[in-house]
Amino acid sequence: MTKPAISIRDLTKIWEVEGRPAVRAIDGLDIEIARGEFVVLLGPSGCGKSSLLYMIAGLEQPTSGVIACEGEPVKGPSAERGLIFQEASLFPWLTILDNVAFGLAIQSVLPERRREIATDILRKVGLGDMLDKKPDELSGGMRQRAACARALAMKPKVLMMDEPFAALDVQTRSRMQDFLLQIWRDSQASIILVTHSIDEAIALADRVIVFTARPGRVKQVVPIDLPRPRPTRDPRYHAYRDLFSDLLADEVDRAFAEQQVA
Amino acid sequence: MTALDVETKAPLTATNRTPSPRAPFLSKTWRRRLAGVGWAVVSISLFAGLWEFLWYIEAVNPLLLPPPHIFLQDIPGTLKFFDRTNRVGSVSSGGGVFALLTTVAWTTMRVVTGLAIGFVLGLAVGALLHYSRWARNLLLPTILLLAPISPVAWLPVAIFVFGIGDVPAIFLVFITVFFAIVLSTGSQIASVPVNYLHVAKIMGASERQTFWRVILPSILPALFMTLRLNLFGAWMVVLIAEAVGVGTGLGQIVSMARATFNAKLVFFTMAIIGILGFLSDWALRQIQRRMLWWVAPNQGGL
Repeated sequence: MTKPAISIRDLTKIWEVEGRPAVRAIDGLDIEIARGEFVVLLGPSGCGKSSLLYMIAGLEQPTSGVIACEGEPVKGPSAERGLIFQEASLFPWLTILDNVAFGLAIQSVLPERRREIATDILRKVGLGDMLDKKPDELSGGMRQRAACARALAMKPKVLMMDEPFAALDVQTRSRMQDFLLQIWRDSQASIILVTHSIDEAIALADRVIVFTARPGRVKQVVPIDLPRPRPTRDPRYHAYRDLFSDLLADEVDRAFAEQQVA
Repeated sequence: MTALDVETKAPLTATNRTPSPRAPFLSKTWRRRLAGVGWAVVSISLFAGLWEFLWYIEAVNPLLLPPPHIFLQDIPGTLKFFDRTNRVGSVSSGGGVFALLTTVAWTTMRVVTGLAIGFVLGLAVGALLHYSRWARNLLLPTILLLAPISPVAWLPVAIFVFGIGDVPAIFLVFITVFFAIVLSTGSQIASVPVNYLHVAKIMGASERQTFWRVILPSILPALFMTLRLNLFGAWMVVLIAEAVGVGTGLGQIVSMARATFNAKLVFFTMAIIGILGFLSDWALRQIQRRMLWWVAPNQGGL
């Protein structure tokens, strides 16, 4: 049996800031993500979804519990677990090509080869004409595609995305979702995407993991059993939509009530 | 003045009057540049005109405040004064343009050297303070104590330690930028977007690679801005240092002109200093544009 791309066992994260009560962000989380699976984490803001991504990426340490990538415990950041942020975070002093080749340069890939790989990936994401542009000269959607290309250049096993399309307008957003499904099929990486948009979750996911409000726990795991592209007029689509709305409304109410008490 | 006026304005009106359907006679950037030059001429002409007017109605004494047409009248005569006082001037016979240029060159050299050393050392010390807790604990209190002291107050120290010569002037310029760059480096490193650092970490960059490839390019534009803001300060202190602790250079000329009550020479040298300050700021802007090409032209007051 192949090992899962990511397996998370009994994960807890407690934020301790001096002079404030400790915050239990994530509590006893168990998740398994198969190779090549597209998982969406859906939940109210502040439920620890982003913290979870940062811990899988190795940028933050869990308070307790274990995260493993293909059976190997996660000890620190690695290019095999790529992370894409809400802002593209491209380096403004590098051209698009050099941005995409950045990781390869760090790993001492020869310049010729670097250029080859980066050009190839940029063509695939539809930025073949933008190689020598500055990040400033690209639109938000193009920048986000370049950020994907930068992560993909490292041939990651897992690609994590922290609300990657939240800063984009609606039209660009739906285009980017199509684009993402396409690179997901090509790259065969697992994708873990954090969002609080129900439509985005249904449009993309094999499985949606709905989170509870703080502390973050798995409220429900919902496989989306619809062909892609997802038929938005199908009654089943609306059933999913209603289900997620109800699940989230509970949590938002609870989070709101807690804030009132605190 | 007037000749230049006509030259710069004529093409402007010409392009305005003949709007061709194809590309205009001058590109947009060139028209903007010409407009800039035009306004500069108008501004300076107004200032000089007011001065001349005050002289004309005898509101100012031409011995104390000679208007431009008087202090620019006898340039060869004025240039003679650049001979005796300048160390290098003695090579050329009887002053003149060459003597003026060597004087200017020496002063400029002191400014540039001081700025360069201050920038590089300031950056190095600032980075050291950021990375080493030991260095921060040991050095930061002293640096915070010394930073607010006016560079001019360092002048006696510079002369005691380095004697009369180039070094005290360079040292003063160095002091003017050094502390500003040290403190700016620290705060800029702290404000590098955290996602840049995350990207570097995920890609497997070492601390050293992260500094050279991510942190340094990310803070350079702000540091360069700090350098530019302190450029005028550098020009001020170099003149003071030259007047007191060097014995050559433009500062020395001004000081001598004051001592000998030569108002023409004072204003002539002031004009030279003004032009030099402007040119050096322009030069820094050009360097900024070439080296820091990713900073948008309107960001950071370019």
